[in-house]
Amino acid sequence: MSKCVERIYNGIIKENPTFVLMLGMCPTLAVTTTATNAIGMGLSTTAVLVFSNLLISLLRNIIPDRVRIPAYIVVIASLVTIVQLVLQAYIPSLYSALGIYIPLIVVNCIIMGRAESYAAKNGPLESAFDGIGMGLGFTVGITCIAIVRELLAQGAFFGFEFIPEDYHITLIGLAPGAFFVLSILTALQNKFKMPSATNGSVPQSSLACGGNCMSCSGAACSANHVALEEVRQVELAKAAEAKKAAAAAAAAKKAEMAAKKAAEEAAAQAAAEKDAE
Amino acid sequence: MKELILVIIGSALVNNIILSQFQGLCPFLGVSKKVDTSLGMGAAVIFVITLASIATNLVYTFVLVPLGLEYLQTIAFILVIAALVQLVEMFLKKNVPSLYQALGVFLPLITTNCAVLGSALTNVSKGYNFIFSVANGIGTAVGFTVAIVLLASIRESIEDNDIPFNFQGSPIVLITSGLMAIAFMGFSGLI
Repeated sequence: MSKCVERIYNGIIKENPTFVLMLGMCPTLAVTTTATNAIGMGLSTTAVLVFSNLLISLLRNIIPDRVRIPAYIVVIASLVTIVQLVLQAYIPSLYSALGIYIPLIVVNCIIMGRAESYAAKNGPLESAFDGIGMGLGFTVGITCIAIVRELLAQGAFFGFEFIPEDYHITLIGLAPGAFFVLSILTALQNKFKMPSATNGSVPQSSLACGGNCMSCSGAACSANHVALEEVRQVELAKAAEAKKAAAAAAAAKKAEMAAKKAAEEAAAQAAAEKDAE
Repeated sequence: MKELILVIIGSALVNNIILSQFQGLCPFLGVSKKVDTSLGMGAAVIFVITLASIATNLVYTFVLVPLGLEYLQTIAFILVIAALVQLVEMFLKKNVPSLYQALGVFLPLITTNCAVLGSALTNVSKGYNFIFSVANGIGTAVGFTVAIVLLASIRESIEDNDIPFNFQGSPIVLITSGLMAIAFMGFSGLI
């Protein structure tokens, strides 16, 4: 049981997907205009994450290794479709507010990352609790950002308006404001030297996609890894070649210098001998 | 014809996929350190989104609608896109090696990029027909390319600037993107 509590603590505090790992940036910026939307988005993602971790963990010995990514995508996409239909039926206001970002949960890095790095290696119970922890961490993270943005832009807290309209900063509620709020957040993390993927103080190996959205380009984490590894290999080979060429050039120069020096010395010696004569 | 141009301008500039829709943010922030790389990424995105708009539109009209399975669009689209990217990669590797060398690295990176799935879903939710879907796809991808190349050139020119310590790294990139988003908001008067 303590293992399960540890997973939840890990998800909310230690490896918080929004603040520490910086995963799932698209919904983080897009749906944080009001706190209610953010909670709705966070809980939808949590539901998908818990069941995808559970199912993938149960199926982990059945799915062949080579087709695991498409298999995970099918599992995740089915769950997202279920969540979408449930929201459409029971909470239509939230469904219309979140719009296209509900189907886009499929390509959220967090879900694929957890499936690949945790659920594929651990038992169903731990994986489900890992999903709960990560999902709640994501919910808490985007809700905090949304509360700040709602307060500044609409002077409201969960829709309850208490700051007069003259003091609203409308820009924060629009698209540019999302970037500004996030940049202030990461700047504060730099200032107080807090663990964050953006200042490189987080160990990156625990997540399939490196856990760094700044250098990640989508949810196909393992594919990313292969591609990036290839690029790195090519770069390394290039660097080694350049080093070799430089060393060869230096050696040639040295030899030339040595030859010159020897010639000079020989000349000097000859001159000295001449003098002596 | 006029409506077609309006759709392209609308999706490229007014509703820019990154700066107003927040889709495809990860490559936008990750692959924008150099103009060359960002151009490659942009070209790959144009290529894939255009093909994906064609493929998803065909699948939707000729498979999902006749069978009454519209609610399965998310699953169908993501699988079509993943398969399409794999297919394109294999085809280019075999037949057009020069293009593969230019785009190859970026192709697997955008398999499940939000922007590709997002534009396919937008086409359906707005009820676009085949030609309008392709136009919307091209517009979206051009918008992505414009934004990422602009950001990369700004990042290249501020590289040597004296940035306060706390804002070094990603904060300054996010501030730059925010300022670009303000500039792109100016396009909303176009249509």
